[in-house]
Amino acid sequence: MSNAVIDKSAVAGDAPRPGLKQPRLPKWTPIGLALISVGLGCGIGVAGDLSSKTQWGLIAALLFVLISFTLTTKVEGSRQAKDKLATSLIWVCFLLAVIPLVSLIWETVDRGRTVLDGYFLGHSMEGVQTILPGGGVYHAIIGTLEQVGIATAIAAPIGLLTAVYLVEYGRGKLAKAVTFFVDVMTGVPSIVAGLFILTFWIIILDFDYSGFAGAMALAILMMPIVVRSTEEMLKLVPNELREASLALGVPKWRTILKVVLPTAIGGIITGVMLAVARIAGESAPIMLLVFGATGINNNPFDGAQSSLPYYVYEQWQLGNDASYNRAWAAALVLIAFVMILNLLARGIARWKAPKSGR
Amino acid sequence: MKTDIEPTSPTEPPALASSRGTGRIGDKVFLGLSRGSGILLLVIMAAIAAFLTVRAVSAISDDHGNFLTTFEWNTSSRPMVFGIAVLVYGTIVSSIIAMLIAVPVAVGIALFISHYAPRRLATPVAYVIDLLAAVPSIVYGLWGALFLVPHLTGLYKWLDDYLGWTKIFEYNDGTPRSLFTVGILLAIMIIPIVTSVSREVFRQVPQMHEEAALALGATRWEVIRMSVLPFGRSGIISASMLGLGRALGETMAVATVLSPNYLINASLLDPGGGTFAQNIASHFKEADGPARDALIASGLVLFVITLLVNGAARLIIARRKEYSGAAA
Amino acid sequence: MAKRIDVSGLTAYYGTHKAIEDISMTVEPRSVTAFIGPSGCGKSTFLRTLNRMHEVTPGGRVEGKVMLDDENLYATGVDPVSVRRTVGMVFQRPNPFPTMSIFENVAAGLKLNGSYKKSELEGIVEKSLKGANLWNEVKDRLNKPGAGLSGGQQQRLCIARAIAVEPQVLLMDEPCSALDPISTLAIEDLIGELKERFTIVIVTHNMQQAARVSDRTAFFNLAGVGQPGKLIEIDETERIFSNPSVQATEDYISGRFG
Repeated sequence: MSNAVIDKSAVAGDAPRPGLKQPRLPKWTPIGLALISVGLGCGIGVAGDLSSKTQWGLIAALLFVLISFTLTTKVEGSRQAKDKLATSLIWVCFLLAVIPLVSLIWETVDRGRTVLDGYFLGHSMEGVQTILPGGGVYHAIIGTLEQVGIATAIAAPIGLLTAVYLVEYGRGKLAKAVTFFVDVMTGVPSIVAGLFILTFWIIILDFDYSGFAGAMALAILMMPIVVRSTEEMLKLVPNELREASLALGVPKWRTILKVVLPTAIGGIITGVMLAVARIAGESAPIMLLVFGATGINNNPFDGAQSSLPYYVYEQWQLGNDASYNRAWAAALVLIAFVMILNLLARGIARWKAPKSGR
Repeated sequence: MKTDIEPTSPTEPPALASSRGTGRIGDKVFLGLSRGSGILLLVIMAAIAAFLTVRAVSAISDDHGNFLTTFEWNTSSRPMVFGIAVLVYGTIVSSIIAMLIAVPVAVGIALFISHYAPRRLATPVAYVIDLLAAVPSIVYGLWGALFLVPHLTGLYKWLDDYLGWTKIFEYNDGTPRSLFTVGILLAIMIIPIVTSVSREVFRQVPQMHEEAALALGATRWEVIRMSVLPFGRSGIISASMLGLGRALGETMAVATVLSPNYLINASLLDPGGGTFAQNIASHFKEADGPARDALIASGLVLFVITLLVNGAARLIIARRKEYSGAAA
Repeated sequence: MAKRIDVSGLTAYYGTHKAIEDISMTVEPRSVTAFIGPSGCGKSTFLRTLNRMHEVTPGGRVEGKVMLDDENLYATGVDPVSVRRTVGMVFQRPNPFPTMSIFENVAAGLKLNGSYKKSELEGIVEKSLKGANLWNEVKDRLNKPGAGLSGGQQQRLCIARAIAVEPQVLLMDEPCSALDPISTLAIEDLIGELKERFTIVIVTHNMQQAARVSDRTAFFNLAGVGQPGKLIEIDETERIFSNPSVQATEDYISGRFG
């Protein structure tokens, strides 16, 4: 019987079974090929008089992929070659993407630090001639902190309660609708949120430009993010905990407040902080609603303010070297602010993880 | 007993004794608050649509051009003449370019992190990518305008030399503040977020599916094709849609990089064109009442487009879930 | 079709942790060899070294020799991919590809190895499903997802998938532990039939199962938590269960520990 089986499979187009050992390219091949391709890429770049180093890189990458594909097909067979091709393409993807991202960070840090100092952080642009060096971001920092703070004060409770509703109470059509529209809301462009507050608050209710108006738009952007992350965290709280508390006769709302939320609090805070980091970088609604100002305005409810991302945009628009320097420096401050929030948030998540993760 | 339970809402634990008044009132208040928040979210979404529509209608009735087909955005003259044709074109083209570049690269990086990179490299790379997803768009804009744009001339010349005959890649030595540049910048901006989401999905591929493929004698790439990508497909789609949503609505980065001229260019590399969000940002400061309404009308169109994209993404994911989630 | 496995001096690590130490044994072709032993004794790890699946685990690494007839699986230049094609494996939990139909699941391994005509593919799929005693239950719904089958059927589908590529050896890692008694019986019957064609190695926690299906049984044990697992003895199943030569084996089998 077993012989018949062998014969059948042989007829079925299976080539004679290869041994376990198959010809392999030596281990150093990829590195060797990489060096050769880079060399060739540079050679072609010089010979062809190509000005952009990006092109050299692209040519080298292309050469590497082609050479290693043909070589592997010859030596190891087409399946192995496809595997190698995928591997090299994925490495190329990684390298291609890393270059601009590293450059972004590098440029910001390198150009930003030229004017970034205590004076820059402690002064506004009041009375500064825009084409001359000097001035600072103090007013923009104040604006950002106040606007983001108000937005958080609005969005965090609403987002939190909505998440509680979805996880703890939500059944039926209303919950489905809320879930769907939270997802959709995540995709609302910031400029649209800004336009909405513009129509509603400034055009129809006839209020003036203010930090508060901007904060409302930021809150709209923040709510769905908070709902999503809080929802995820609440879902991680094991049902046994809720049941244990309910079985003791504790009312549901107290169970949620005293058992569910404290268990998930680490993750919730992380989610809120990541959301704060997200909206702190938004400039479009600020432009529509807060308008931008050169001086310090500590009152977010009255009159134009500035904000860090908007400050970057303004300084870029001025289009001279001094303002470019200020723009880079402000961008660096902004990135630092966002990164610190992110790192803190992740730190909290890790610190609280074993408790809520189980 | 039964008749007693029926009328109470199923969400409340059936209380035996009505004497526990505090619990019941507390429950009601809390339920009311949380349900109210959910409803508020719906109201906000409805209000965005309603308010924008009201202003948009008034603007379109003032429009002496055709809102959909006019190749002009002249809102300072009276009567106003404006149309969104160029914006639709610019927004869609730049987003498509961004997606064509970003999605394969992002999926590649996600696979790199989850399946290819040595462990010591994978963790920090994943961490850095997550952090980059948080870099504000204005910073990308600044970098795009002051660093990326000057560095693209060489590439564009090269494209022109070899592909110029297609007209699409024709390039006439201007500063390359074009839709193609916008597409590249948008791609760079959304790569981190698409990567993060895809990687999360790839990491959730059950070990046993991968081992099933391995045990059949699959190479690493075949394992990925047989088990990782099919399992992650809906995740990749949702990640891409998330990225697309960002690309469509991105304002400041586009406004800093593009030099708008309100024309549809045959060439993607030559400066010009415009997107919805960029157009609003560029015209807002000098816009008076009616001109503002015109911008709001274009904002409404952007809102509807992003709604459709997101809704479509949700539907795809919901349908996929039933199929692939069953055995997971 | 079936090959003999000859293991000598095999040690496997997870990172720095030594999971199994210095194992040597011979597995006869066309027979069923069962591995038994307490949890954590390394029997599954050892099984996974026999088709080089152990090194898939991060930090997994192996020293020693595993001869498949006259070829060493761990010799330099041996491709793990071709090893796994030669040595098939069935896992503890049934793992059909969730996005593939029943037909595609069985054909999955074949499609990797070359192009087949549709009729050939259909023939092999039918033969494999028949070989796994599943054909009659699924022949009308070959295009339905494999994940829709019951646990026992899924496991037989996985066996069909493994035998479709005509391996020399079939490794089974507790193939019945996630199944109900009736499905278990079906799989055990199937193992009895498959040993006509394949060398079968099965890890099991169930000693009755080992006694029922296997020709030879190997007993693994470990000195303590964190210690590497070792092969205590391997012998005819009948002898292991009636008159083992090592006291520890007898203790384990009679339920005095483990």
